[in-house]
Amino acid sequence: MAVISYIDAVTAALHEEMERDENVFVLGEDVGIKGGVFKATKGLYERFGEDRVIDTPLTESAIAGVAIGAAMYGLRPVAEMQFADFILPAVNQIIAEAARIRYRSNNDWSCPLVIRAPYGGGVHGGLYHSQSVEAIFANQPGLKIVMPSTPYDVKGLLKAAIRDDDPVLFFEHKRAYRLIKGEVPDDDYVLPIGKADLKRDGDDITVITYGLCVHYALNAAEKLEKEGISACVLDLRTVYPLDHEAIIEVATKTGKVLLITEDNKEGSVISEVAALIAEHCLFDLDAPIMRLAAPDVPAMPFAPPLENFFMVNEEKVEKAMRELAEF
Amino acid sequence: MEKVRHEQLGLCGQTVLEMYEKMLLARKLDERMWLLNRSGKIPFVISCQGHEGAQIGASFALDRTKDYVLPYYRDLGVVLSFGMTAKEVMLAAFGKAEDPNSGGRQMPNHFGQKKNRIVTGSSPVTTQVPHAAGFALAAKMKNKDFVTFVTFGEGSSNQGDFHEGLNFAGVHKLPVIFMCENNQYAISVPLSKQLACQRVSDRAAGYGMPGVTVDGSDPLEVYRVVKEARERAASGEGPTLIEVLTSRFTPHSSDDDDNYRDPDEVKRARERDPLLVFGHYLRRTGILDDVREKELQEKITAIVDEATDYAESAPYADPEDSLKYVYKE
Repeated sequence: MAVISYIDAVTAALHEEMERDENVFVLGEDVGIKGGVFKATKGLYERFGEDRVIDTPLTESAIAGVAIGAAMYGLRPVAEMQFADFILPAVNQIIAEAARIRYRSNNDWSCPLVIRAPYGGGVHGGLYHSQSVEAIFANQPGLKIVMPSTPYDVKGLLKAAIRDDDPVLFFEHKRAYRLIKGEVPDDDYVLPIGKADLKRDGDDITVITYGLCVHYALNAAEKLEKEGISACVLDLRTVYPLDHEAIIEVATKTGKVLLITEDNKEGSVISEVAALIAEHCLFDLDAPIMRLAAPDVPAMPFAPPLENFFMVNEEKVEKAMRELAEF
Repeated sequence: MEKVRHEQLGLCGQTVLEMYEKMLLARKLDERMWLLNRSGKIPFVISCQGHEGAQIGASFALDRTKDYVLPYYRDLGVVLSFGMTAKEVMLAAFGKAEDPNSGGRQMPNHFGQKKNRIVTGSSPVTTQVPHAAGFALAAKMKNKDFVTFVTFGEGSSNQGDFHEGLNFAGVHKLPVIFMCENNQYAISVPLSKQLACQRVSDRAAGYGMPGVTVDGSDPLEVYRVVKEARERAASGEGPTLIEVLTSRFTPHSSDDDDNYRDPDEVKRARERDPLLVFGHYLRRTGILDDVREKELQEKITAIVDEATDYAESAPYADPEDSLKYVYKE
């Protein structure tokens, strides 16, 4: 099995799906000749041509809207938003249209669309190149939101998203693009959307998180193991709809739960995870549910010390895990 | 010369009579829905009255066996032309389970019916414009010979999705026809407060496509320009923006009091009622006479009666059915 980077897993999934199904095509700003500002679509233009790798005007609402039209016709568009921060002009198309097409037509029409977008901080991107936007979409039945943490999950879940018959938002952590590497099979495989993945088993505490924070938690868990603290790490992978069963199971198992997101704390994806645990696991808990998240300021500042202050990092995760274990 | 106007357009007497019949059906259905609303039987109406000439003229210029349409809420005439029945329209008005648009989930006139290539729509206006570009992009990519037809009001021509959708279609020379039904009002806001340019069709220049303005009370003229636009689209020459000048004879919807315009304005507009204009033409050309007109009126009244009775007594969906079809099942 080859070891490849997170972003190469994105490219591999797109490439394989475009080879497999001629109805799959990509569109977005700079995805063609340039191969994307992060190079996620590198080589696709040369292989599949400009008809299937479409450089669009700067026009987020139309990128989503045109893709929705093509999807309703029966194609399988994969639209790229250059940064998750820039998805906001397309929110009406995503929420009022894509998410509701099956429901509002009583199953007559459907919208098999994928929208990919790089999100997350730690790249000196300031307020508008660092945001986590999943909470905006995470209470919209009809949508699915996938946020993978490893190259293996990226490839298997992106392929699944492209084959899914409903709209999927696929958020890729941009700091993970080249930082995170891992083993990825060359062959064709898909992973189930809607299923969390237990990345590490343990007995004392449970960490539930997603994206880059999974790696912070795994590294911290390894260190804490030496101190005799055994931690479970559940990677949500799909943040909407949540895998209720897996969440309840791991929360119940240790009775001590730390929830982590890189997003602002208030009303985030982990707020719903907390509610779910409170609803189902109250009598199995041995400590209050603990949350680690970004502060409730509008978005991530640019200057390095300010960015570090905002970001969840390994040290903060380790500290919170130790604190919870000692409760 | 006038006598053969429809023949010059390649239309036979039977087809123009069929167009008139569709216009009449749209009008009578619409009028019935107002009666049902005012008698407390259905909660909402939004009308096509005044737009029928534009809608039916345009629809008949399309290939109704393969083209895709993305209608907006006034387009009763378009959906009837594309195969939706009076009964189906009434089922939607009553919100009944059998409503093919949405099974009673959406408000009336939120059209959609896949088997007739009527693409599902929503309430936030203009979102369908980029969708139309998407259907047209699919036609181009898959080398299919259908054309996509999308409609909207002139208020919608101020929305970002209008500009983004037209620009995308213009850049890619997509086989799509954009038709604006300009009835001069976005609810209460008159044209002078909506557009900084004189005509909606002026906007076409910015997107590299022809812009045409046409009189909506004349279905044959609308037919002619849509036919030309379809030929352009089908031959790879790209999109066209058509602005049809119409009037709305009713308030914006059943919840609007129409207090922002002079009633005389509507009275004057009714003198150019597309049904009257087209009816006169058909009489002058000997296609319509009193006997035919009476037959048509009776036939349509019977259709509307039957549709109303059927829909009124049809069952609602089970409340628990609200949980269905969030995702593929």
